[in-house]
Amino acid sequence: MTIERPRADVVIVGLGWAGSVMAEELTRAGLEVVAIERGKWRDTSTDFPPAIAADELRWHTRRGMLQPMSVETTTFRNRVGQTAAPVRSWSAFQYGWEVGGAGTHWAGMSWRFLPWDFQAATMTRERYGAAKLEGLQVQDWGVTYEEMEPYYDRFERIAGTSGAAGNLNGESRAAGNIFEGPRKRDYPTPPLKDTHWMATYRQTVSDMGYHPFTVPAGNLSQAYVNPLGVAMGPCTYCGFCDFHGCGNFSKSSPQACILPVLMRRPNFTVLTETEVLHAVKHDDGKTAKGVKFVTKDGEEGFQPADVVCITAYQMDNVRQMLLGGIGTPYDPRTGEGTVGRNYSYQTCSSVTGFFPGQKMNPFIGAGALAVQIDDFNGDNFDHSDLDFIGGAGIMGFSTNGRPIQNMNGLRKGTKRWGSEWKSAIGRDYQEAATIFCQGTSMPVRDAYIDLDPTYKDRHGQPLMRLTFDWNRNDIAMTKFTTDRALEIMREAGGEDIMIDNQSEKSWNPYMQHSSHTIGGAVMGADPTTSALNPFLQSWEVHNVFVVGASAFPNNGGYNPTLTVGALAVRAAQAIHQTYVNNPGALVEG
Amino acid sequence: MNRREALFSLGAAATASATLVTAGKAQAEVIKGIPAATGISPDHLPSPVRRGGGFQVLTRDTDRQTLAAVFDRLIPSDANGPSATEAGCIDFLDAQLAGPFGSGAALYLEGPLNQENDEAMMGQPQFLATPRERYESGLAALEAYAQSTDGVAFAILSPNRIDEILTGLEAGEIELPDGVNGQAFFELMLQNAREGYLADPLYGGNKDMAGWKMMGFPGARYDFRPYIERRGEDLGLTPVSLIPND
Amino acid sequence: MANWNKIGLGLGAVAIVAVAAAGTWAYTTLNTGRSGVADDKVALADLSDADPEAVARGEYVMRSGDCVACHTGQGAGNAGAFAGGYEIHTPFGTLVASNITPDRDTGIGSWTERDFFDALRHGRGGDGMLYPAMPYTAYAKLSDQDMHDLWAYMSTVTPVKNAVDETAGMPFPYNIRLAMAGWNMLFFDNSGFEPVAGETEEWNRGKYLVDGAGHCSSCHTSRNGLGAEIAATYLQGAVIDGWFAPELTSNPHVGLGGSSAEDVARYLTTGSDGVAFAAGPMAEAVENSTQYLTPEDAKAIGTYLVSLPGSSNRKPQPMGDGPAMQQAALAYEVNCSACHGLQGEGIEALAPAFAGNHAIQSDNVTSIAAAVLRGARAVHTETLPTAGGMPAFGWKFDDAQVAGLLDYIRNSWGNAAAPVNAADVARIRAEMGVDAKIATN
Repeated sequence: MTIERPRADVVIVGLGWAGSVMAEELTRAGLEVVAIERGKWRDTSTDFPPAIAADELRWHTRRGMLQPMSVETTTFRNRVGQTAAPVRSWSAFQYGWEVGGAGTHWAGMSWRFLPWDFQAATMTRERYGAAKLEGLQVQDWGVTYEEMEPYYDRFERIAGTSGAAGNLNGESRAAGNIFEGPRKRDYPTPPLKDTHWMATYRQTVSDMGYHPFTVPAGNLSQAYVNPLGVAMGPCTYCGFCDFHGCGNFSKSSPQACILPVLMRRPNFTVLTETEVLHAVKHDDGKTAKGVKFVTKDGEEGFQPADVVCITAYQMDNVRQMLLGGIGTPYDPRTGEGTVGRNYSYQTCSSVTGFFPGQKMNPFIGAGALAVQIDDFNGDNFDHSDLDFIGGAGIMGFSTNGRPIQNMNGLRKGTKRWGSEWKSAIGRDYQEAATIFCQGTSMPVRDAYIDLDPTYKDRHGQPLMRLTFDWNRNDIAMTKFTTDRALEIMREAGGEDIMIDNQSEKSWNPYMQHSSHTIGGAVMGADPTTSALNPFLQSWEVHNVFVVGASAFPNNGGYNPTLTVGALAVRAAQAIHQTYVNNPGALVEG
Repeated sequence: MNRREALFSLGAAATASATLVTAGKAQAEVIKGIPAATGISPDHLPSPVRRGGGFQVLTRDTDRQTLAAVFDRLIPSDANGPSATEAGCIDFLDAQLAGPFGSGAALYLEGPLNQENDEAMMGQPQFLATPRERYESGLAALEAYAQSTDGVAFAILSPNRIDEILTGLEAGEIELPDGVNGQAFFELMLQNAREGYLADPLYGGNKDMAGWKMMGFPGARYDFRPYIERRGEDLGLTPVSLIPND
Repeated sequence: MANWNKIGLGLGAVAIVAVAAAGTWAYTTLNTGRSGVADDKVALADLSDADPEAVARGEYVMRSGDCVACHTGQGAGNAGAFAGGYEIHTPFGTLVASNITPDRDTGIGSWTERDFFDALRHGRGGDGMLYPAMPYTAYAKLSDQDMHDLWAYMSTVTPVKNAVDETAGMPFPYNIRLAMAGWNMLFFDNSGFEPVAGETEEWNRGKYLVDGAGHCSSCHTSRNGLGAEIAATYLQGAVIDGWFAPELTSNPHVGLGGSSAEDVARYLTTGSDGVAFAAGPMAEAVENSTQYLTPEDAKAIGTYLVSLPGSSNRKPQPMGDGPAMQQAALAYEVNCSACHGLQGEGIEALAPAFAGNHAIQSDNVTSIAAAVLRGARAVHTETLPTAGGMPAFGWKFDDAQVAGLLDYIRNSWGNAAAPVNAADVARIRAEMGVDAKIATN
């Protein structure tokens, strides 16, 4: 039997951050919205209150909130010509699913990208000449930081982000990140407090002449009521943040920020445990008429809608476009086609040191609890004599001290078992501190995603295939920024220093430094190099909008969520303010 | 309809409590409103492991003895706390193997698997076998190895000899029979033994929170606001488990 | 909305009274002469020219009387606003609220205004006597003007064809409506509202709303063995539907003492006075009814309530700080303080404060024990839309642990209250059908 659903104005595919933000905008504008989510309904008090959330084995070790590979996974290879293998077990990928998506279990780092990140191609060409971009496929986003500012602001207000402004309308402020783009007003809530390690790091980099600031956080420093009227709690530094749901409403998430009002709107409906298979186009191929789905019982159905918003995880957004025939697949050999193009990642490294006799008390933490310097991020420093573009945020962080996750946090050469482990781990647990470099990732022609020719998901649809390895530019960038982190660690007094620079060998998904997987359905002003226009509307099927980190043409040295949220606000407003009154391309291609 | 109209319309008032429509098979799970239930979702309620209640997966004495011999060298009893078996790590593992972890519920187990290619691609061996199957074959291979090299059961090998074998497995220098990847099996056992030692006691291991005391982890607490500004201090916090008995 | 168990309990006895009660003393109680001011010609379904201003006023009366809450079904039983179907469970069977839309066949479309007056103010419906689950005992106080306006409003409701058999779930003899005549003779005062001389207009307006449309005492006044309110305990708190409806008088320990009329008004119109949050049946009352009150009416209610003398319940000495209290303090820090605050201060607009929260210090701990055991959800209003969820802890704490935690929050930060008995928690757990604590090693 096929389920025929009543028509909706808008169907939302995936109810995470992007889906929730868009549904809130669209229902407030009076549109009838149906969201389809393949996971279950999840809410704070019924699914991850404090007495359920503080369970490392379940939520971190066993990844209880992440999308299992048996539901869908990705295949991977380093380069064209190799045979990709499926990611069979938990890896760097942290795909969200269930209501709230990755927004339920993210860490909370809430960055605006730099103005440079949006226009890396143009600004690099202007400052260093076109040769600096050789070998890279860097392209502007089709939207500037200045244009994004109101949407960043809106999402920060919804999320309640904690931080201190570093550039308030062009005025530099030492408490914040002086390298950030100008913001119209300060953060909704003040910065979080420092742990012992953060205070040490802050003092050290300050003495070195750098510009430390507290990382903007979706772990709120104090109680807050957002513009939707939804109230949030204060972060308690419990250390069960990333991979976990927040039990006291203090981490920005769809549940804590949006769903209380969205769910009560009569013009909003959610189908849970229902998976969208693909969009279905009208016969002329110019627009979609809805989405085909399958329920948990295996019943297929169809949800008709005038507008289709694909708001799943980055990888799935691209997959949905390919499965639904939305746009033209990218071919790395010819460079033609756009869907799958400009895949990029997050280039990371870390430096760990040990501070004898000290008590770091690492269990006091929060997902975004960190002090950072941006002196070596983006184009905040002169690259004239350097053989790369981009950079990294360099942070001293206090995310968590969960014991299983930290059981290998030993001085180099220490045995991971036996009495040696038992006597070392209690000491090293308290003495270790890490500096993390979270770097930019620049697109190249042969890093891309397409449908795997061999492996299928549980419904028989092809999996995504990722073709990726570190590129020359990003390797050089990481070497440079890791050296800076090493200098800081030495200056801070760290001993027995260990460096983890993943770009020294080929990447694979089991190297776990970042879940930030980016691009593949990128936005831009040129339809020959972007799948979406600057409002995240498909160039080829104008009633399909694809919102997520899949739209980033390159990755900044930052976590993606705030930019995803801002893009979601912007796309939703374009839909209800412009598109529904005059359906068609919002931008001439 | 604007927000005020939406809220204040009688329709909204009448549907203020959620409707969860699941009637019939040919239906999607439809939610309108916030579901009214206030209890913990059944699939998120903990299901504690009771020690001493018999074994579900590790039912063969030889397997348990082999495992205990390995686990108690990975985590021996010493001044820093009890051994793995004393802390309940075998009970922990049995329960884990009996559940979704053991059955590989989250794993992608579809073929084909081209070990050489796939291992090169992923930087580690790949398996179609579930953890439960890997323990079954791995423990049998360990016993067979001991019988063939030492002529006795693995479990009665001397601690030094077990350490020697474990060290060889860890380094990838010992081949186990029947195609068992010794290094990968060592990593699996090491991971699970320490998980049991450091996970919440409700999972069967970490008896009396011995693992947490060893590490200095204060357990399933949820509010460190009173402590964050006592930077660098030994806070002396007693660990707390998720379902305490007192 | 309410649990009418106690009323149900009285039904059996009253059925017998009714058969015997043919005496002349019935005359006053059953006299419906006050309905004479209402028209008895035009049926509701035929009334199409109601004065828009009267309709608007009538909608307000409907809101203040909260008609829609009980006369609208829930979930799959929702046939439309006022179309009936809401089930009210009693130990003697299930009553189903009637269809009061202007549908001629299944609603009240064939009623005249006089029928309407008889039903609302005298408990006499189209099929016979009404059960006092319908609060005609309070609506009897409604003024003729409010009744006329409400009638006008009802004519604008969309008719819905939805046949409701109100007593199908009531087995014999409780399905005999005539039994209610006896109950009425014993307990029903059908006189109208009389302002109290010497009190202000605002105070009298408050009393009119509290005793009339608001029917506050239905939940907040304890009842006798036959389910009738005990006048001597007027608004001094009562258990209803597994919740304790707290004392609404000026009592300084467990009532509204120290609160201003404005505080009460804020609670009624937003769901919270900044300390406590409405939950359970009161959340429904706020959501469906009191949040629509005008600021003047909400304050009038406050003015009236804080003037009431109330019970003699006084603040005791706080419990001492023994090992059990220290154990509970740790449990509080581990489980509760993230939302309710390290000093019991709660979270603005999200989670109730405990410090200075009178309701949690009541002798009756039904509400707070139930909230700990089975969880709860705060009120949702336009001003406070979050409706924060209180997680259930019945699976994690045994009865003694719950009692210890309650002792801690009832005796910290300036609070003081009698010790909580684990046996009481056990009884509440059983009543709520909450499973025992999960067994561990």
